[in-house]
Amino acid sequence: MEAFKEHVGLVVPLDRINVDTDQIIPKQFLKRIERTGFGEFLFYDWRYLENGDPNPEFVLNHPRYAGASILIAGANFGCGSSREHAPWALQQYGFKAILAPSFADIFRNNCYKNGILPIALPADVIASLSQEAHDTEGYRLMVDLEEQSVICPDGTAHTYEIGDFEKYCLLNGLDEIGWTLQYETDIAAYENRTA
Amino acid sequence: MKTQTMYEKIWETHLVRASADEVPILYIDTHLVHEVTSPQAFEGLRLNNRKVRRPELTFATMDHNVPTTDRSLPIKDLIAAKQMETLAQNCAEFDIPLYDINSPEQGIVHVIGPELGITQPGKTIVCGDSHTSTHGALGALAFGIGTSEIEHVLATQCLLQHKSETFEIRVDGTLPYGVTAKDIILSIIGHIGIDGGNGAVVEYTGSTIRSLSIEERMTVCNMSIEAGARAGMIAPDDKTYQYLAGKRFAPKGEDFDAAVERWKQLPTDEGANYDRTLTLDAADIAPQVTWGTNPGMVTDVTGRVPNPVDMDTTDEKRAAEHALEYMDLQPGTPMTDIAVDRVFIGSCTNSRISDLRAAAEVVKGRKVADTVNAMVVPGSQAVKRQAEAEGLDDIFRSAGFEWREAGCSMCLGMNPDILMPGQRCASTSNRNFEGRQGKGGRTHLVSPQMAAATAVTGHFVDIREFSP
Repeated sequence: MEAFKEHVGLVVPLDRINVDTDQIIPKQFLKRIERTGFGEFLFYDWRYLENGDPNPEFVLNHPRYAGASILIAGANFGCGSSREHAPWALQQYGFKAILAPSFADIFRNNCYKNGILPIALPADVIASLSQEAHDTEGYRLMVDLEEQSVICPDGTAHTYEIGDFEKYCLLNGLDEIGWTLQYETDIAAYENRTA
Repeated sequence: MKTQTMYEKIWETHLVRASADEVPILYIDTHLVHEVTSPQAFEGLRLNNRKVRRPELTFATMDHNVPTTDRSLPIKDLIAAKQMETLAQNCAEFDIPLYDINSPEQGIVHVIGPELGITQPGKTIVCGDSHTSTHGALGALAFGIGTSEIEHVLATQCLLQHKSETFEIRVDGTLPYGVTAKDIILSIIGHIGIDGGNGAVVEYTGSTIRSLSIEERMTVCNMSIEAGARAGMIAPDDKTYQYLAGKRFAPKGEDFDAAVERWKQLPTDEGANYDRTLTLDAADIAPQVTWGTNPGMVTDVTGRVPNPVDMDTTDEKRAAEHALEYMDLQPGTPMTDIAVDRVFIGSCTNSRISDLRAAAEVVKGRKVADTVNAMVVPGSQAVKRQAEAEGLDDIFRSAGFEWREAGCSMCLGMNPDILMPGQRCASTSNRNFEGRQGKGGRTHLVSPQMAAATAVTGHFVDIREFSP
C-alpha cells in the first residue's frame, strides 16, 4: 500500500447523504477478478447517460472539477455492501481523501487498507467546505495526516480523529498481514489452547 | 462478579493478542468465501507467497452471480463464468472445501452456513459480504469484511479488530397477526435510521425475539447491516440447540451435549450493561413497505408516501426528493395504491423453507395478476429440494410464479435476473438502493407474505386484510 503523509488537491462536492456502495460501483463491475481498472466505472449510473456519454449534470463531469482528488459528501458515506471495489474505484479514479460527517463502518475500514483517508468532520464544517467548493473555482484543501488536520486556503485548520494504528498503517504504507504474522507464535499458542 | 454481554464473552475468548497500545488480534473460527469478493484476495496470497493458514476452517460456495435457470446449460455470461472458475481453481489450489454450482449443497452463503451446521453459537464468523450478520441468529459473532480482510483471514485466520459498542434492541410482546420478522427489522431500521447502529454490535432481546424461530431470527440479524451495525446477534436457546442437532458440521453425541453446556454460558449475564438500549413494543409494529431508495425509507402498509417537506433536515428533504423522483412516486399516495410489475421472493433475508411456506400459504389456489411477473428463488438447493418434497413448487408454478435454482439472483442482479429500467418490484430482499436490482429498477422491500399477496393483487396490500 502507498504511504499517505499529506495531500493537497482539488475538492469536489457531492451533495448527497447515504451514498451507498451500489452507487459508488454498481454490481455489473464486480465480476472482474482483477484489482485494477475500476476508476472508469466509479459512480457509473450517475456519471454516464444511457448511451454511455458522460452525464453533464453529474458533478464529477463538470469541467471545473476535472482532476479532483478530495471528495466531500453527506453523512453515512459508503453504506451498504462490503465490496472493496468501492474504495478501489474511488482510489483508481484519483481520490486520496473523502470528507464527510460520517462513514459506514465496513467502507471506512476498506478505505484504510487502500491508502484512502476517510475524514469525518462535524456536519457544519462539511457544509461550509462544500459551499466553498461550489463557490470558489479551483478550491483546494490540504489534508495532513501527521497533524490530523484539514487546512483551508485561508489557513483555517480543522482537526480530525483517526485511530493510532490506522494512522500508523497509512503513514507507513504498512502491510497489515505482515504485521499480524509477526505474532505467529501468539496465533499458534491460541490454536493449541483452544484445540 | 463481573457481568458481561454475549458479545464481550465471545470477544474475550477469541483474543489472540490484546496489548494496550495495539489493535487487538481476534481469532476467526469460520471463514465463508464466495466468488465475487475473493479472487483478488487469493491473488494477493500468491503475489506474497503466502498460504491459507486453516483451509479446513474455510468454506466456499458460488452464489452471487450464478444463473438460476437450467444448470445443465452453459453459463452465457462469460465474465461471471470466469469468476466462478477462478473460485474453483483457488479452492483447489489452497485446498478449501467448495460447494460449487453443481453441488447439492450449493446456495446463498448465509443460507447454507446455518443449514450445514457450520454456523454455531459462540463462533467468530466472517465473510466478504455485509449480510454475514445473518449468522448471529444462532449466537455467533458474525460480520462482513472487505477483500483485504479476506486475504488477512486466509493468511492468518485472524483479524485486527477494534472492540465495538454494544447496542441492545429489545422487542417485547406478542407479534400481531400478519406481522413478521421482516417487519420487525424494517420497523427497527425505520426507527433508528440506516446509520442508527453504525459500527455497533446489536443484540436483539425481549420476548418477541425469543418467540421467533431460528429462521425468523436470521431475517432479523441479516438486516442489522442496513442500520449500519457491524453485527447482529441473538442469544442461543433450546430452539438453537434443536435446530443444530444432527446438522452435518454440528458436534455429534457426547460432543454435542458438551457443546450445548458451553453454549448455555454464552447469553448476556443478568445486569450486564450495553452501551445503548432501545425498546420497542411488538404491538406497535405493522406490516412494512419501503417507499424510497434505502431501507430506512419505510412505512406501514396502511401509510402513505411521505412528503419531503415534512422531513426534519435539509439533507433528508433533498434525499427524499431524489428518492421519490427515482421511484416515480407522488407524496400522499396510499402505499396500497402502488402497483408492481415484478415480485421477487428470495435472497439471504427471506429464501428459507419457512419463508417459502409462508408465501405459498398466501398463493395457494390463487393466480399471479396478469400485470405481474413473479419468481421464487430458493436460498439453497436443500431448501429447493425440501420445498419440492412439500409440493410448494407446484403451488407457486400453478399460480404463475417462476420456480428457479438457488442463488442471490435479483437481490443484487449480478446474474441475468434483473429489473428493466422503470420496472417496479415487490422484493423480499434487503436493499432498495437505486439500481440495486437493475439500472432504473424500483424496489420495495416487504415480507414474503406481503410479496405473495402483492403478486396476486398486482399492488401492495395489507396482508392482515387479505382473506386466508
